[in-house]
Amino acid sequence: MSRPEVRGTRFHSRGKIRRVARHRRRRWAAVREWLRPVLLIARREVQDQRRDWRILTPLLGLTLFFPLLANFTARRMVAYMEQFDAVLIAERLYPFLLLVVGFFPISISLVVALESFAGERERGTIEPLLAAPLSDAQLYVGKLLAVLVLPLAGSYLGLLSYAVTMMWRAEWRPDPLLIFVIWLLSTVQALVMVSGAVVVSTQATSVRGANLLASAIIIPVALLLQWESMLIFWRRFEILWTVVAGLTVVSVLLVRVGLAHFNREGLLGRDLDLLDLNWAWRTYWHAVTGGARHPVEWYRGPVRETLHALRKPIALAAGLAIAAFLLGAIWVARYPWPSLSLDPEQLAALREHGMQSMAGWGPLTDLHSWRGWLGLWWHNLRAMLLLAFLGLFSFGVAGLLYLMVPFAILGGGMVLAERILGLGPGWYLLGFVLPHGSVEIPAILIFGGAVLRLGASLAAPARGQTLGAFWLRALGEWTRVMVGVVVPLLAIAAVLEAYVSPQVAQWVLWRLVQGG
Amino acid sequence: MHLVEYGILAQGLGKQFHDFWAVREVNLRVPYGEVLALLGPNGAGKTTTLRMLTAVLPPTRGRAWVAGYSIRHQPQRARAAVGVLTEQHGLYKRMTAEEYLRFFGRLYGLEEPHLSHQVEKWLRFFGLWEHRERRLGAYSKGMRQKLALARALLHEPQVLLLDEPTSAMDPASAHRVRTAIRELRSVDRAVVVCTHNLTEAEHLADRIAILHHGRIVAVGTPAELKARLGPPEYEVILGRPLHGALPRLPGQVKVTHIGTDRFRFRWIHDAGEELNPLLLSELLAQGWPVRALAPVPRTLEQVYLEVVGHEQA
Repeated sequence: MSRPEVRGTRFHSRGKIRRVARHRRRRWAAVREWLRPVLLIARREVQDQRRDWRILTPLLGLTLFFPLLANFTARRMVAYMEQFDAVLIAERLYPFLLLVVGFFPISISLVVALESFAGERERGTIEPLLAAPLSDAQLYVGKLLAVLVLPLAGSYLGLLSYAVTMMWRAEWRPDPLLIFVIWLLSTVQALVMVSGAVVVSTQATSVRGANLLASAIIIPVALLLQWESMLIFWRRFEILWTVVAGLTVVSVLLVRVGLAHFNREGLLGRDLDLLDLNWAWRTYWHAVTGGARHPVEWYRGPVRETLHALRKPIALAAGLAIAAFLLGAIWVARYPWPSLSLDPEQLAALREHGMQSMAGWGPLTDLHSWRGWLGLWWHNLRAMLLLAFLGLFSFGVAGLLYLMVPFAILGGGMVLAERILGLGPGWYLLGFVLPHGSVEIPAILIFGGAVLRLGASLAAPARGQTLGAFWLRALGEWTRVMVGVVVPLLAIAAVLEAYVSPQVAQWVLWRLVQGG
Repeated sequence: MHLVEYGILAQGLGKQFHDFWAVREVNLRVPYGEVLALLGPNGAGKTTTLRMLTAVLPPTRGRAWVAGYSIRHQPQRARAAVGVLTEQHGLYKRMTAEEYLRFFGRLYGLEEPHLSHQVEKWLRFFGLWEHRERRLGAYSKGMRQKLALARALLHEPQVLLLDEPTSAMDPASAHRVRTAIRELRSVDRAVVVCTHNLTEAEHLADRIAILHHGRIVAVGTPAELKARLGPPEYEVILGRPLHGALPRLPGQVKVTHIGTDRFRFRWIHDAGEELNPLLLSELLAQGWPVRALAPVPRTLEQVYLEVVGHEQA
């Protein structure tokens, strides 16, 4: 029997320790074995980049010359601003230029990444690589690493040379955490751009096509940089950490999208960048109708199937809605609120005030006419379409999160009604939420589930379909739910909100005034 | 069915792109030690078949084993056991030949010193050893093709798939590559060569398969395929013009073509060949001076055109 051995606070037999160590060694060996071809591909690509003057020249320029230029600019700016006693403004330029110096070499990575697969395909070098004993993930990660190495090295070198020279020449003494967060930002920005560009490169049929599609990366990153610059000038460095976290999630999702849609067949087979609107419409329309011949068949078949498939996302949306409702209530409950006892005159004044505030709001001037409910319906629908658009560019997350805001407001409203008017939660829900909410809330939850599925479908395996076909089908299924379920439910909810809810709300308030 | 006997075994292999079936049904058995030539017109599905056998493209239907590995379920193992010469050479122009082979050798799992040995062996085999330090961008077409072949052979694969191995090569280089392929034939290697060059196919291959519209429409040794053209045809060349009047011939003879001083015929039963001396003596007896009686040579091209033409009809 082996002697027990003390390890921390637990006892382990030597046999078990050996087994665990053996198991770890085996796992580590498997990881190294997996990484071996990945690093081979990355090394070859880096070697190729090092021999390409078109990549090396701008990279060296941006790495070696630009930090010096930024350094010179910053010092001149400070000297100029000193005349007006506005050194503070100029000093905010120091970290901003650090961000820019770190970003410029990274911009090269976009060019290299865009041609990582499309370029190999164009040069005819992709097929021997695809025929080699590599998994899709090994090939993909190898390429990803390869396009990151040189630009990131350039970026780090630029950051270092700028920071050191600024500390030396301008006696800049930045918070080490600021340097660290900007270093992290440069890294995750490179990751986001590269992972996005590699996705584009795997889906494009040529380098030209990939370059044209690159605006989908360049525009959001340019907007992000402007926002980050504002944060730096406002000295809101703590928000930069949130940006780092958000970008990390996006880059992970983009890698997931790239792997899910990596398609050897597409890389070898697609030759034309042909915009086939007929095919696109047919694919989309078939996904909407699901092959049904009339509305009854459509509702019984495809719509029911899609709703069934949406069970989990809808459950998730419902869970989030409850959490948002509770959070809203808890947040509002933290503050003291004055209590108010209503009398009939105040109630009438409240009603009048409510109507007046609505009067300035477009179609709601006449709540009880057809224009009233149509206005409510159109307002809700417009908000949902906007959220769907947001969801599409955030894997469904942003759409779903914004959708939770009304639930938080409802939760907060419940506490307010209780604190100010002394209206219990049951009466609050009965009077202000349930009359139209009983229809509107299911519509919102179904919509939330559908948006989450639409956004998340981008990161799901395409199973031999092109990204375009896959996305059109996902959009078609989303339309199916919207047209078949959400839009009609929202219309019913709008009618209830225009004709029934105000009456019920008045009755509840009247009852409260009467002391019921 | 014994997987160990066959380098390639394909059953009902098919590949569909959108609405188009590039390969409808390919059934192939290529035992080790055999060279099979895959012939077919452009768009017949040769390259798609090779890509499926390399486990680069997943088949839409059917199944196949390469070197005993299922291309569906063990694609990485199948790829490791195959050497492939693709339609495009796929050379990285900024690398030297040695760097290029070392890169692919490592991808196929070769370790030093075996890797160095293999690199030198195949560079020498194809006469590229002296040029190993040159960038591939400076290589001629023939040199590139040879290097691509060296890449395919580097890991001594059990199955070799060659797509147009001599395309765009000058006659001398093509001859060198053909000789190399013949030398590569061994008892533990199965070779498939896709080509449009019928003479090349006839010289290289033990068996030939003709692919048309995604289906294998004929397969066999060159002699078996030629036998598809029917009984052998003979030509008799006479010493004087016929002037439209044929000699009296035995009833078993079917004349197929009449020329100025010659005619072609077939015996209507299989053993007719043995009756050629009889026909000869009959002609001589009728006073016809016979200058020659010989079988009409059959080419693979005739077989190919007949098979493809018949399929098209």
